[in-house]
Amino acid sequence: MTRLIGITVVLLIIGFVPLSVRTKQIRIGSKKFTESVVLGEMIRLLCEDVGVEATHYRELGGTKLVYQALLQGDIDLYPEYTGTIAEEIFSGQEFSNMTELRAALNKQGVEISATIGFNNTYALAMLKPRAAELGISKISDLSRFPDLAFGFSNEFLDRKDGWKNLPKYYDLPQRTVTGLDHDVAYRQLRDGKIDLIDAYSTDAKIEDYDLTILEDDRGYFPRYDAVILYRSDLPARTPELVASVLRLEDLIRADQMTVMNKRVEIDQISEGRAATEFLRDQIDVDREVIDSTRSQRIAARSIEHLDLVRRSLIPAILIAIPLGIVAAKRPRTGQIILGVTGIVQTIPSLALLVMLMPLIAWLGLRSVGLGSTTAVAALLLYSLLPIVRNTHSGLNGIAPQYHESALAIGLPSMVRLLRIELPLASPSILAGIKTAAVLNIGFATLGALIGAGGYGQPIITGIRLNKMYLILEGAIPAALLALLVQLGFDLFEKWFVPRGLRIKATP
Amino acid sequence: MLELCGVSKRYGDVVALQPTTRQLSPGRTYVLLGTSGCGKSTLLKISLGLIKPDTGTVQFEGQTLSPDNVLQIRQKIGYVIQSGGLFPHLTARQNVTLMAEFLNWSTVDIRQRVEQLTSLTRLPTSVLGRYPSQLSGGQQQRVALIRALMLDPDWLLLDEPLGALDPIIRNDLQNELKEIFQSLGKSVVLVTHDLQEASFLGDEIMLLSDGKILQTGSMQQLIDQPVDPFVTRFIQAQRGPQTQHGRGAESGPQGSRAT
Repeated sequence: MTRLIGITVVLLIIGFVPLSVRTKQIRIGSKKFTESVVLGEMIRLLCEDVGVEATHYRELGGTKLVYQALLQGDIDLYPEYTGTIAEEIFSGQEFSNMTELRAALNKQGVEISATIGFNNTYALAMLKPRAAELGISKISDLSRFPDLAFGFSNEFLDRKDGWKNLPKYYDLPQRTVTGLDHDVAYRQLRDGKIDLIDAYSTDAKIEDYDLTILEDDRGYFPRYDAVILYRSDLPARTPELVASVLRLEDLIRADQMTVMNKRVEIDQISEGRAATEFLRDQIDVDREVIDSTRSQRIAARSIEHLDLVRRSLIPAILIAIPLGIVAAKRPRTGQIILGVTGIVQTIPSLALLVMLMPLIAWLGLRSVGLGSTTAVAALLLYSLLPIVRNTHSGLNGIAPQYHESALAIGLPSMVRLLRIELPLASPSILAGIKTAAVLNIGFATLGALIGAGGYGQPIITGIRLNKMYLILEGAIPAALLALLVQLGFDLFEKWFVPRGLRIKATP
Repeated sequence: MLELCGVSKRYGDVVALQPTTRQLSPGRTYVLLGTSGCGKSTLLKISLGLIKPDTGTVQFEGQTLSPDNVLQIRQKIGYVIQSGGLFPHLTARQNVTLMAEFLNWSTVDIRQRVEQLTSLTRLPTSVLGRYPSQLSGGQQQRVALIRALMLDPDWLLLDEPLGALDPIIRNDLQNELKEIFQSLGKSVVLVTHDLQEASFLGDEIMLLSDGKILQTGSMQQLIDQPVDPFVTRFIQAQRGPQTQHGRGAESGPQGSRAT
């Protein structure tokens, strides 16, 4: 009994004592692609340049998620594109100019900078020598060469603002169009099997493959001008910071952005270094960027990961065991409890995260970013089922003779539960907790989808940059941690499960 | 006084116990005898409130058994089941003292009571620290008996307490049980399917069949004045053809050991 109380106290301490997370004054967000991260780093450096401490929550997720974080005040600013704002934030609404777009954003408490210079839109690209040889520099030039072979990504082929309307718009005669995977398209272009591909205008590969972007001389492609979105209250809070960051306005040309993307993706330098190189050359802002070593990164990720696990698993244990008890005692309520926790398990992780975010924000808790409550809540929900189910089956699996004996002695129901039923069910309950813990460690990597940190972060970065060592930097520690936790539970089991249930009968 | 007033129980279409009314007087040993499924265990469990009867009530010393008083009443009744029902996660001693500790007995009282009962049941005290899985079948039943007697109940209900034991240990324990019943003067209700055990231990035997008490009386009465052909069939089947004339009905384990 005293042991049970002791364990509960220890659990409460481990689970609920807040880790002092250093939260800096300003929080910057970025999306899950290199350019966004580089721009995020650039903003961070410009904050530091005027002495404002800023944290960059990199690779938070997609547009909706990052924008929501901005609205909720989880982040203060992040780089965005005008076309994306119209298309995804205002779901396809048309804005004829920047003033209209600004007015729409202002209504939501968001301010927008002027364009920072480049337009990252769909573009058509050719190998530079081949284009020079044919004398092609604009899309309209293509109408003179009906025999050119085009290879496009499937997305581009399907989009209304992609290939679908392009031939009509420019009177293009070419009909040899192949749908290709993007990477394959680049290779075929280099090998001369195709002449032209679709690309993003600041794609790192443009620099790497020595491509030329054809000028969209009749303005077919929608504009994706890079801008900075920030909360309307930011200028009042730190005017000097806004002034510093807005130095980016009209500063970066598409070819310069392409070089930075290439420095990161091809030359494999850190986003921070790519950003500082540019700022040093352009506006003489020279901030020292210290790249963390691998062991520093793993240590930091481990702390973040364990933090997510403890904050979700322990409340889950404290909720799930009573739920399991109720489920075992009241079969009808039990059906509902098991059903609901089962359904939660089937919700795809990303959907669960997105569903939880507004709720968490409404509760006034941090919904995205490092160690966000959203990720913790999702992990908690996922951890419930194994524990509830094993508590339920553990209690139901107690042999009738023990129930009968406990009743016949005259023990009241609470004493029966604590002294007889729970100890007898403890191996099953513990097995459920072990399953939940191991699953939780795996699931916690998905927290990185909303910038919650942990081992998922290097995995996401690794996927983005196609760097296997980064993926392994997250995957291996996660697997090791799961094994370690399993081992820990096995040892704990030896100590915790009543000795009488472990020993074999002596002849 | 333990009174059953019109209690009955059915599971779906199966009648486990037909409406039964009986008065069991203190100080006597009653044996519920019958084949498996005859309703003898159901009757015992209804007496203890472990099974809720469909009709009728149970009166224990003038109180009607109800959810409000069932816990108190159970503390006045010791209960032993076939497999002992010892809690596997508790040592023999913990099994025995569980209820006394819950009732806040002093350590001294508990120790004295345990010593008393171990000597009564001839259980070596050295095994009290062991877990049930480390005990022999006979030891388990002794511990179960000590647990049932711990609070010094007036009544003792035993559901096939020796059913799982091998013949020699069974024999020894039957003798011990008889001694204990006699020395303590408890009121006992014992369920068994074994004719020898019933006649050896019981003052009064209730023969059950198909959820109904067919006949009540001493073994001799059952043999001499059967009220139903089943009574004779049951007795004959258990005694076997070769012993039909060889052994008297009163001969118990002691008698059979002597032959």
